[in-house]
Amino acid sequence: MARRSTSAVVSTQERKPTPSKGRQVVSTSGVAAARPGLWSEGKRHLLDLDEMSRTEIEEILRNADGMKEVLSRNVRKTPALRGKTIITLFFENSTRTRVSFEQAGKVLGADVINVTASSSSVSKGESLLNTIRTLESMQIDVLVMRHPHSGAPYFVANHIDAAVINAGDGTHAHPTQALLDLFTIESHLGSIAGKKVAIVGDILYSRVARSNLWGLKTMGADVTVFGPPTLMPPELRDQPDIAKVAGSMEEAVDQADVVMMLRIQKERQSAGHLPSMREYSTRFGLNAKRLKLARPGALVMHPGPMNEGIEISPDVAHGAQAVIEDQVANGVAVRMAVLYTLAARSSVGR
Amino acid sequence: MADNSKGIAIVGGRVIDPSQDIDRLATVLIKDGVMEEVTAKPLAKAPDSYDVIDVAGQVVTPGFIDVHTHLRDPGEEHKETIETGTMAAARGGFTTICAMPNTVPCQDNANVIEAVLKRASEVGLVRVLPIGAITVGRHGEQLADMAELAAAGVIGFSDDGDPVADPNLMRQALSYASGLGLPIMNHPQEPALTRGAQMNEGPIANRLGLTGWPNEAESSMVARDVELAALTGGRLHECHISARQSIDAIRRAKERGLNVTAEATPHHLTLTDTWVLGEHGDDNGVVRSGAYDTSTKVNPPLRTQDDVDALIEALADGTIDLIATDHAPHAITDKLCTYQEAANGIANLETAFASVLSLHHRDAVSLPVLIERMTAAPARFLGMDIGTMKKGSTADITIFNPDLDWTVDPSEMATLGKHTPLAGTQMKGRVTTTIFGGKVIWDIAAVAPIG
Amino acid sequence: MPEETEQREILDANEIRRALTRVAHQILERNHGVEGLSLVGIHSGGIPIARRLAAAIEAVEGTFIPVGALDPRLYRDDLRSAAAQPVQPTEIDFDVEGRPVVLVDDVLATGRTIRAAMDALIDFGRPSSIQLAVLLDRGHRELPIRADYVGKNVPTASDEQIKVLLQEEDGRDSVVLIRGVERKQANGSA
Repeated sequence: MARRSTSAVVSTQERKPTPSKGRQVVSTSGVAAARPGLWSEGKRHLLDLDEMSRTEIEEILRNADGMKEVLSRNVRKTPALRGKTIITLFFENSTRTRVSFEQAGKVLGADVINVTASSSSVSKGESLLNTIRTLESMQIDVLVMRHPHSGAPYFVANHIDAAVINAGDGTHAHPTQALLDLFTIESHLGSIAGKKVAIVGDILYSRVARSNLWGLKTMGADVTVFGPPTLMPPELRDQPDIAKVAGSMEEAVDQADVVMMLRIQKERQSAGHLPSMREYSTRFGLNAKRLKLARPGALVMHPGPMNEGIEISPDVAHGAQAVIEDQVANGVAVRMAVLYTLAARSSVGR
Repeated sequence: MADNSKGIAIVGGRVIDPSQDIDRLATVLIKDGVMEEVTAKPLAKAPDSYDVIDVAGQVVTPGFIDVHTHLRDPGEEHKETIETGTMAAARGGFTTICAMPNTVPCQDNANVIEAVLKRASEVGLVRVLPIGAITVGRHGEQLADMAELAAAGVIGFSDDGDPVADPNLMRQALSYASGLGLPIMNHPQEPALTRGAQMNEGPIANRLGLTGWPNEAESSMVARDVELAALTGGRLHECHISARQSIDAIRRAKERGLNVTAEATPHHLTLTDTWVLGEHGDDNGVVRSGAYDTSTKVNPPLRTQDDVDALIEALADGTIDLIATDHAPHAITDKLCTYQEAANGIANLETAFASVLSLHHRDAVSLPVLIERMTAAPARFLGMDIGTMKKGSTADITIFNPDLDWTVDPSEMATLGKHTPLAGTQMKGRVTTTIFGGKVIWDIAAVAPIG
Repeated sequence: MPEETEQREILDANEIRRALTRVAHQILERNHGVEGLSLVGIHSGGIPIARRLAAAIEAVEGTFIPVGALDPRLYRDDLRSAAAQPVQPTEIDFDVEGRPVVLVDDVLATGRTIRAAMDALIDFGRPSSIQLAVLLDRGHRELPIRADYVGKNVPTASDEQIKVLLQEEDGRDSVVLIRGVERKQANGSA
């Protein structure tokens, strides 16, 4: 097993970005037939969207189109990743994300092994490093990882040859959630650029919000955020290029094309960030009256699991404008696209 | 190696001894382990009965003093031992180090203090001065037997690693220690403001999703401590100041004539929270795979450039009295983990001087002031006749080449703690020779050719 | 790009039209009409060819034959180069079970794409037969695969590339042979 120092693992390209890299729209006429994909050479992992250019995000979304069609077939199985081994290593409970990755891997023909912290030697006090070294000795190609500590997949990526996919790290990032949100917006609205997207809730501690902020910015959306001051990074007020900070729910939702509600974690209350959930609901919740302020047909999104009646009223959550179930379905297609792209990168013999 | 009976002549160097306002080319003569003379002008020829150390182009100063070192011995010898820690000190130019009491068992009673002193004298490399715990077991509940500790030879009291959170206990500690003439060296950190905190609060922490550690967690306790020092008349020393707001509180305390001193570490004087991004301080706006560099995790955390600027200004004007390393060695596995799991601390005895010398190289602090903060100032704090080249004082001397370029390679460091954010970094200036009690304890030429 | 490339038109618009008309007739003859017949174009060059063949058949028989589009990328045996282009949605919105299906591509070379396409097609049902129609066969087979209908056989050297230009995509119909192209820059295995 190759053991690398922290500094040595970063590819030359990653370490020394040229100013021209990324962020520009590339012609989609498909002229680059002989190129090894739009995904930058040397990029092996998906840790967050801040490292991804618009072209790279678009490559994932275009592949997701094809993957979505595969999911609509009677035979939902292709041999694309046959012989590849994917491990999902979850140190936090998440049925939704883990199953989504598992299904994505299986539809592509990979072997998927699920490891949860409670069933592994982690519960016996094994260090994260030793856990992943043990897993790597099983010749894995892709490691899908969720961990309660921010940055854990970055640490692992420096010590493993397999491609690492961040399936949520602490309060830092959740890039596949953001990609599936982008895909859902695009498939409903046709494009992302120029669309007004309101993100409401716990911006400070939300890995979903953080990854979406990067992704939406890169794709040219016009983002507005709103939430309690205790859960809002103060510097966002000085970063209008990333997002506008609204002063009220009404202002945030006004003329929005997309309203993305975040799950409020109950522990924010015990940590003193919030008064009652009742007050949260009245000030920061989405209901039918507020949704009327958005553009007609605006999308209502939520990464789940929802606290219905708190951040979102049940009628809105299950109303005509809600695309929350689409998000879940699209999640499988997007994760197929991510697995396919990364596994193709890491493939040596084929 | 010099023969003690012969005497040593250090020739060709620029001698800086802030305790005597000396900054000139001179010959330094040592005899029988004590200072004989710093000559008014360089001698054309050293006296015959002296071994000559030729240090042309280099600087000769009193041996550096570190009032804040973690030696981990007894109890955590896998992290550091008195032997490896004092060797690291010698390589870093330190001839006196003060050992923090968070050992296992902790230095809260005379037995442990005596064991540390005995072991240090057996190793015999540099002077080790123990610091006693403020509270029993460093639990912050009951005062340790401070008079017994004082009698055993501690130079002050600290629960470092943890603050004295209870204000009443802090009041009693300052009051009780004032009767012993010794300082309370507090680690200022308001626990309720740092629950789960991992790094400096601010945009970098928010981008990394790491819980922030506000400046005010430090400055609010410094302000409290200052008031309690005023109330009790005790000697207060604030450890490892990192925040601009804390400096303001200390500056006001000094204006009030209170018996308050403060220290700053090399890392807080030179590094910022952007180092957590793992690109040696560069911020490209992207979190790359080298981010969450656990070698940057330290308590208090690396702050912003604004705080660094305030610290440097305070070091220059004396608000920060002295430079202390807070050398905090850990085992490799303590840093081979997620940022949240990683232990706090940087192993820096061997890089400390080169770090702070960068302040001189960029004209932020003059060389004599820098040397004063590492020699005369800590000697004053200790109330000891060290950190000077006065005739008759013990011959503790540090010689450094201010222009020597070198690269930090943790595998070459003597300390067992190999974790430093400076790994792989180019440094300018390095200690080449360390003399303790007239004996050469470190000579870089014996290891690697200079230049 | 190498300086010494040389281009030569090997089929012009009329020749392409005639070749496809002939192939359309051959398909009809072989299948005894259009009963149950469908065409499936292989992404991306095979799709316009399949549509033209369907139009030619309709002109003769007066019957519309369903045309599908299939991306065999997920079935290929070269994952890394397959992933160089995004996977396109496959569109086969008709039943292939128990019916003859003609796979259509622009150029046949190694046969690997056709192998992948057959595997992909079978995931949509079990056709009574799978036939293959191509505009050009350039040789260089690496698998035991043979086209049932060939517009034109074009023996080529390995440093030659075939470029199919079609009205739908390129604004004109023409097949060009390009000489002096390094192998790795040539079209992927077709």
